[in-house]
Amino acid sequence: MTKISRRGFFKLAGGATAALTQAPALVAQAAPAPTPAAHSGAALFFNPDEMRWIEAATERLIPEDDNGPGARAAGVPVYIDRQLAGAWGAGERLYRSGPWQPGDASQGYQLPFTPAELFRNALRGAREELQGRKQGAFETLPGPRQDLYLESLQNGKQDLHGVPAHVFFESLLALTIEGYFSDPVYGGNKDMASWKMIGFPGAYASFYDLVDQHGVAYTRAPISMGDNGAGVIHLHPVSTQHSGKRGA
Amino acid sequence: MATKLAEVDAVLVGVGLVGTMLGRELTRAGLKVVGLERGRPQFTVPDFQGPQMHDELRYSVRKGLMQDNTKEAVTFRNRADQVALPIRRWESFLPGTGLGGAAVHWNGQTYRFQDSDFRMRSLTTERYGARFADPGLTIQDWGVTAADMEPHYDRFEYLLGVSGLAGNIGGKKIAGGNPFEDARRRGYPTPPMKEPYGSALFRKAAAQQGYHPFPQPSSNLSQPYTNPEGMQLSTCMFCGYCERYACEHYAKSSPQTILLPVLLKDPHFTLRTQAQVLRINLSKDKRQATGVTYVDAAGREFEQPAKLVVLGSFALNNVRMLLLSGIGTPYDPRSGQGTVGRNYAYQTMSSVQVFFDEKTNINPFMRSGACGTVIADFVGDNFDHGPHKFIGGAYVGEVMTNGRPIEFHPTPPGTPSWGGKWKSAVVRHYNHTSVLNVHGSSMAHRANYLDLDPTYKDAWGLPLLRMTFDFPANDLRMSAYVTGKAVEIGRAMGARQVNGAGRKGPYTVTQYQTTHNTGGTVMGADRSTSVVNCYLQSWDVSNLFVIGASNFPQNASYNPTDTVGALAYMAAEAIVQRYLKSPGPMVQA
Repeated sequence: MTKISRRGFFKLAGGATAALTQAPALVAQAAPAPTPAAHSGAALFFNPDEMRWIEAATERLIPEDDNGPGARAAGVPVYIDRQLAGAWGAGERLYRSGPWQPGDASQGYQLPFTPAELFRNALRGAREELQGRKQGAFETLPGPRQDLYLESLQNGKQDLHGVPAHVFFESLLALTIEGYFSDPVYGGNKDMASWKMIGFPGAYASFYDLVDQHGVAYTRAPISMGDNGAGVIHLHPVSTQHSGKRGA
Repeated sequence: MATKLAEVDAVLVGVGLVGTMLGRELTRAGLKVVGLERGRPQFTVPDFQGPQMHDELRYSVRKGLMQDNTKEAVTFRNRADQVALPIRRWESFLPGTGLGGAAVHWNGQTYRFQDSDFRMRSLTTERYGARFADPGLTIQDWGVTAADMEPHYDRFEYLLGVSGLAGNIGGKKIAGGNPFEDARRRGYPTPPMKEPYGSALFRKAAAQQGYHPFPQPSSNLSQPYTNPEGMQLSTCMFCGYCERYACEHYAKSSPQTILLPVLLKDPHFTLRTQAQVLRINLSKDKRQATGVTYVDAAGREFEQPAKLVVLGSFALNNVRMLLLSGIGTPYDPRSGQGTVGRNYAYQTMSSVQVFFDEKTNINPFMRSGACGTVIADFVGDNFDHGPHKFIGGAYVGEVMTNGRPIEFHPTPPGTPSWGGKWKSAVVRHYNHTSVLNVHGSSMAHRANYLDLDPTYKDAWGLPLLRMTFDFPANDLRMSAYVTGKAVEIGRAMGARQVNGAGRKGPYTVTQYQTTHNTGGTVMGADRSTSVVNCYLQSWDVSNLFVIGASNFPQNASYNPTDTVGALAYMAAEAIVQRYLKSPGPMVQA
């Protein structure tokens, strides 16, 4: 099953849906590094250096392509920033009493860090690691070299101010996926772009009339919780078409 | 110093499914009852309404309806020679909290256990010999039979309004239902739900292979229903936000939709929410409960005296409450002596991913918690175990519940876990993948048990429960065998690619499997191997009844809630018809 999420804060996928997690191949063509710091002015948690790092890294995890926007255009860095600035970043629903012991993989996350502390320490460590190699800041590297560094975190045991590199990577990937696919009210998934991309309808409350139209191509645009603050329940049949690509 | 309150006839620890049912039965019998619920009060309106209920991040990922780990966690280890560490965030199982308990966020899969489950030890011995099962397994009979349970299942299913198709009414087999079920007196209260596409593909493939597919019995209702308590339920809308969520539509059977409003109107009933019970208080000779001590939301301590105590919290918390209260003898895995915490079991889960071509729109988001089609051909003892070196089994079904994309974005084996290739694979497969569940039994083993942790404490300074568990080898062999059968069915569904393997050890708390934690306050006819008798009355404290999945001596292939509800009605009948007339032990040890 997923080795990637064994020790992280986050579950990437349930047993029924686990993605396999082999290390990605180096991207063949040299992609340009993304423009840094598009949202740094609005950050609640990250400092500008951290935000540039997060913007660059999340864009490599979910890059922009013909399928749809990448993590950065979808607002994933904003999502992560808000999560870490809020109650969840401060350890909401996290049992935090010691004593602290590393334990076995089957025992799950056992570090004393809150998510906010984990990111702050690990980002500082990651920056220092590249500085030590005199390779330049992560966000200034070409895309394929960024990928190589992310792989070194994913598969690495190096200590980033107390945070094992792979734990930081798992946390970063999980938060990136959350931000990309969660409701836009949380700051990511801008314009519901990821939902349009895969065909997920969002916050609708009824498919009663469609569930037994087997194989129907569902083409209605998704809705967000933010589109429908009045709590209207959609009980009426929606228009569908039986052929063609799903629409936006 | 605790404030001592006036004595009542009965106090309920926990107002979830069991507490609500017992509250109703006891007040109806004329008792004055206080229900203590640690969580918040919550109701369909306004607490469960859309669109806010359709928030995957809040409810699925952040576990919005679950027990708050900052207050109460569980410590875990695989083996007794390890140090148990706190489960700092829930993943493997999700204890609920709040009024209605875990029955608010369940899926509604509503199966009866079979006679071969209730009489597992004796029927296994009879059919395969006394030496067939692995020697470390501590399986045992429940002290009841399927026939004993039938009236209570029937009553509970009519309370829920279960949607399904009977396979055996009074011994007469009915085509399309579960042919392996024990005889039931009548059909389900409502017809089966609509069958989604993936389930229909499974039905066809399973039938072609000679199996017996049937609609999963569901407490997401197929049509409007009024239950015997006068509660009205609505039709399930297949919204795709069921498990880990509360139902906005009054379509999922939960305490709020089937019974609580009736109970709350009863002048004999008093509900106190945000009331954290610390212990059950005992008489000096420890033979009688005198009531409970609890702390309210503001930290004030109260003693609630009662003539009768009903412990009906989540299975793990039932065990912990007995241990915290010094009731019964804790299980010692070295000697095998003691019963509280003994025979902890779980569920042995695996899944099979079925990847289709791009023309096959599975539409995974058009689902409900308990819709789907299953086979029971490999459940329990429905097949000959003689050639196999295991006992127990699993049901196999296409019972997908949702297409919520943070959790559900399947990719085939070999796909990278991030980057452009991952993204393309997610887009390619999201709407064209079906998942089969292999929902397997869990055998009790002498090395698996629950006790109090020596180190870690809850927010009130009391020891956390400590879980010591790994999958018995028997169960891993079972999972490998049945999952292989599921892969064959998946291939027959017309898939491009099928991916699945049996459950592998060690058990890990980092991956969701089920919230079907069982055992620890096992029921039985022999007090040396059980905590409660066949009426769920404590062997040690006769005015204490302990009710829940903690009563299961081992766990069956099927989901547990129907059996929990049936046990609750069975115990309620025993209390009202026998115990109250002559309080004291109903079974002489």
